[in-house]
Amino acid sequence: MSILKRSDSAETTRMPFSPANKGRSRRRKVMDRLMGGLAVIATMIALVPLASILIYVTAKGMAAINWDFFTQLPKPVGEVGGGLANAIVGTLVLVGLASGLAIPLGILAGIYLSEFGRGRLGWSVRFLCDVMTGIPSIIVGIAVYGTIVLTMKRHSAIAGGVALAVIMLPLVTRTAEEMLRLVPNSLREASLALGASHWRTTLSVVLRSAAGGVITGSLLAVARAAGETAPLLFTALSSKYWHTGLDQRIASLPVYIFTYAGTPFAELHRLAWGAALVLLSMVLVASILARMAGRKAYGGR
Amino acid sequence: MKIITQKNHWRGDRLFYALTLLAALGLIGIVLVITWELVSGSQLAFSKFGWKFITNYYWDPVNDNFGALPLIYGTIVSSLLALIIAVPLSLGIAIYLAELAPQWLRSPVSFLVELLAAIPSIVYGIWGIFVLIPWIRTSVAPFLADNLGWLPLFQGTPYGFGMLAAGIILAIMITPTISAVSREVLLAVPNSQREAMLALGATRWETIKRAVLPYGRSGIIGAVILGLGRALGETMAVTMLIGNRPQISPSLFDLGQTIASIIANEFNESFDQLHLSALVAAALVLFVVTLLLNIMARLLVWRVARGPEGVGRE
Repeated sequence: MSILKRSDSAETTRMPFSPANKGRSRRRKVMDRLMGGLAVIATMIALVPLASILIYVTAKGMAAINWDFFTQLPKPVGEVGGGLANAIVGTLVLVGLASGLAIPLGILAGIYLSEFGRGRLGWSVRFLCDVMTGIPSIIVGIAVYGTIVLTMKRHSAIAGGVALAVIMLPLVTRTAEEMLRLVPNSLREASLALGASHWRTTLSVVLRSAAGGVITGSLLAVARAAGETAPLLFTALSSKYWHTGLDQRIASLPVYIFTYAGTPFAELHRLAWGAALVLLSMVLVASILARMAGRKAYGGR
Repeated sequence: MKIITQKNHWRGDRLFYALTLLAALGLIGIVLVITWELVSGSQLAFSKFGWKFITNYYWDPVNDNFGALPLIYGTIVSSLLALIIAVPLSLGIAIYLAELAPQWLRSPVSFLVELLAAIPSIVYGIWGIFVLIPWIRTSVAPFLADNLGWLPLFQGTPYGFGMLAAGIILAIMITPTISAVSREVLLAVPNSQREAMLALGATRWETIKRAVLPYGRSGIIGAVILGLGRALGETMAVTMLIGNRPQISPSLFDLGQTIASIIANEFNESFDQLHLSALVAAALVLFVVTLLLNIMARLLVWRVARGPEGVGRE
C-alpha cells in the first residue's frame, strides 16, 4: 500500500498523467478524493440495514423471550402467552438430520474432487457444485416434494431434512475440497512412504490435518440450512405439537416466523420476533464459530 | 505375506475410491433428479398451454387459465431494481475494501458485510414487514412521488408493500454477494498493473478506473450476474413484501408477484392438478434461467480469479 501513497509526489514531475496545467491536476486530485469518499459512503450505507436488523431483532425479540417461550407449545390464536418450544426442537431436528446426510456425503465428494478428480469428471462435478449453490431453494423444495412427499404420501421431517441436505451438500463439498487441497503433498508422500494405503493416508493424514477448515465449511453450511424457509414449506410443513416421529410433519422456527408475521395479531407478531431472535442467534453463533475455527486452523487467513 | 497386504491395500483403495466417486456422482444425480421432477411435473401445463404459458397475461386459478407473464415480469423488474441499487453500492464497497481501506479496517468491515449475507431470508422478511414497509410508506414513496411523480414509475397509491419494497430488500440481500465476489476479483488483479499506472503519475482513482476495473471487468460482470441469479430466486423476503398480486403495472408502488413468491403462496393450496402443474412449470422457467445465469457467471469469475481456488494477492 505504501506504493499507492507515493502517487502524490509523482504528480509534480512531468509525466503523461500530470501535465503542467495546474487546474487539471487539481481537478484530478478532487476527483480522486470524491470517488474515494463515495466508496466510503457506499460501505457505510450497506452497514445501515445490518445495524437496523440487529437492533430491531434484538430489541423486539428480547421483549418476547421468556421461560415460556422455550418450554411451552404455541397457544391457539387469541390466547396470550405460549411459546415455540416445538419449533426450536423442530429446527434442531431438521438441521441435525440434514447435517447427518450432507456432511459425510459432502466430505466424501470433496475427497474425490481433491484427491482423484483431476479429469473431466472432476471438473464437471466441481462446476455443477458451484452452479448448484445458485439453484433457488424453493425449487429444491418442489423437487423433494415430488420425490419424497408424494412417495411417502405425507409431509415429514425426513423430507424437510433431505431438502436442507441438498442445499448444504454443495457448500460442504466445495469447502472440503478446497481445504484438502491446501494440505501439502509432502504429508501424503510421507504417509505413503511409511507403507500406509491410499485410503488410510487420506483419512488419517490428509483429512485430519484439514479438519479445522472442513469443520468451518460444514458449520457455515449448517448456518445456511438453519435459516432456510422456502424448501420446508412443502416438505416438513409445520405442526402445532411436539414432533412424534421422523415420518411426521414437524414445526420449525422459520416457518413459524413466516406464518405469524403474516397474521394481523400483535401477540403472534411478538412471538415471531422472538423466533427471529432465536433463529438469528443460532445462525450468527454458527457463522462466527466457523470463522474462528477457520482462523485458528489457517492463521488469520 | 507382503503380497497379501499389498492386495488388501488395493482392495481397500479401490473401495474407498468407489465410495468417494459415488458421492461425487450423487451430486450430479441430485441435479438430474431436480431437473426431471420439474420437467415431468410441468408436462400437464405445457401440453395444455404450450408456449402461450410464457406469454399469457392472466394467472387465474379459478378459471384454470394460467399464464406466467405477470410472474416473469415481477421477477425481472424486482431483480433489476435490486441491481440498480446494489451494483453501485457493491462496487463502492469492493473498491473500498480491496484498494482504499487501511489494512486494520479491511478484515472487520468485510466480516460485517459478510454477516449481512448470513442473515436468513425470513429475518429480512420480518424486518421488512415491520421496519422497511412503514419507512417506505411514510418517507420513501412520498419523496419519490413529490420529486419524480411525473414518471409512471412513481404514480398511484403507495401501500408500502409492492415492487419497490421487494426491490429494496433484494438489493440489501444481494449486496454482500456482489461485493464479496468483486472484492475477490479486484484482489486477484496483479499489483504490477497498479504499479505501472502509479508510476505514470496517475492518482489512485485513475489507477482503479483505468487499470484495476478494466482488468477485472469480466469477473465483476460475473459477480453482478451471480447477484442477479440470487435475486431472481429469492423467495421468503420477497413473498412477505411484494404484496402477492399477479399483475403487470408500470408503477413500482403497485403490488406484484414473482415466480418464487407465487410458488410459496399457492403450492400448498393447489389441489387442482393443472394449477400444481402450472406452478411447477413456472419453477422450471425460473430453474432454467438461474441455471444459465449461474453457468455464465461462474465461467466469467473463473476466468479472472483463475479457477475454483481463487488465487488471492499476497
